[in-house]
Amino acid sequence: MNDHIKKILSNVQDPEVPVLSVIDLGIVRDAVETDEGIEVVITPTYTGCPAMDVIATQIRMELLAHGYRSVTVKTVLSPAWTTDWMTEDGKQKLKAYGIAPPLHSQQVCATERFSDEVIQCPLCNSSHTHQVSNFGSTACKALYQCDDCKEPFDYFKCH
Amino acid sequence: MHVEFLLHLADSALVLGHRNSEWCGHGPVLEQDIAITNISLDLIGQARNFYQYAAVLRNDGSTEDSLAYLRDVREFRNPLLVEQPNGDWAHTILRQFFMSNFQYELYRWLAAQEDEQLAAICNKALKEVTYHLRWSSEWVIRLGDGTEESKQRMLRAIDDLWTFTGELFTRVPYEPMDPAMFSNNYQQRITEIFTEATLPVPSDVYFQQGGKTGMHSEHLGFVLAEMQFMQRAYPGASW
Repeated sequence: MNDHIKKILSNVQDPEVPVLSVIDLGIVRDAVETDEGIEVVITPTYTGCPAMDVIATQIRMELLAHGYRSVTVKTVLSPAWTTDWMTEDGKQKLKAYGIAPPLHSQQVCATERFSDEVIQCPLCNSSHTHQVSNFGSTACKALYQCDDCKEPFDYFKCH
Repeated sequence: MHVEFLLHLADSALVLGHRNSEWCGHGPVLEQDIAITNISLDLIGQARNFYQYAAVLRNDGSTEDSLAYLRDVREFRNPLLVEQPNGDWAHTILRQFFMSNFQYELYRWLAAQEDEQLAAICNKALKEVTYHLRWSSEWVIRLGDGTEESKQRMLRAIDDLWTFTGELFTRVPYEPMDPAMFSNNYQQRITEIFTEATLPVPSDVYFQQGGKTGMHSEHLGFVLAEMQFMQRAYPGASW
């Protein structure tokens, strides 16, 4: 994927987390220009993520708006998306937005019961936080609360 | 790859996802209402992937929507366990624990098989099933080793649901493997979690069968009547 296309696709935001672009999320796997136009390959974050249909449409519209005559958006499931593909830039943007960015996937994503990852509060940076629920406002987030500043915040789960 | 096996996988996920979604707005506390509906969403997403693949293989004009909304009870291939009513919270989380425990083993095996598309779907779904398994295990322990009332409710749930777990391991013709192969790991986890939850593991009892071959309980008819109503009443409708 060349820089020109990357730049265009950086305009396509995640509808649920509008500070992140599809590039930040790491869901654009490839973009190949052909004689007819362009084919973009994306991969879904979570199996049931309802934003993926919207994102595919938005990618199409963005490319059409930039003059591409024929745009195809293909979804592949393999290799499976992981939060490790989120850019560092994306993680910083998440934190500034008030959502704790995902930890490296090696650290968790196992079936350890009753044990939560220690997540830093994105607002006051304290590590004295606790998990309220492993399932949050969207499939990708968990709900935490800070014991120091008392604010609740979302954590983008490592996946 | 048997299309019927894909439909079995899809129907199992869809019916369980639909049952869980019935909790929407009625959960015991807000965070758990959100949790169970998140799990629903994951399951329905799995179903979509399986139906889409089945539609491609059938190559007869079927779509994920026609497969989910226009097939009747006798055509569904989900096991009896997932069509059982939600009951109380104990029933729901126990049903989830049994299914997630099984799905974890099944998807892990399928993710390593030759069919690339199926492996891709299961590999992806496995990440989410891992969360479902953890969540439901915690609830079994919380309720089993909880108050006198929560324990009684868990015992009743085990009484009601245990008889439907045998079907998961009984092979039917369209299955590419004998699901009995997953039984060891599954049982191990049951024993581990039930022990920590101070709950008794039932010894082998009579197991009900039939869902995987289209012989369903009366419940599925009501589930489909509600789930399929819009597409049946307004064929071809879209948002």
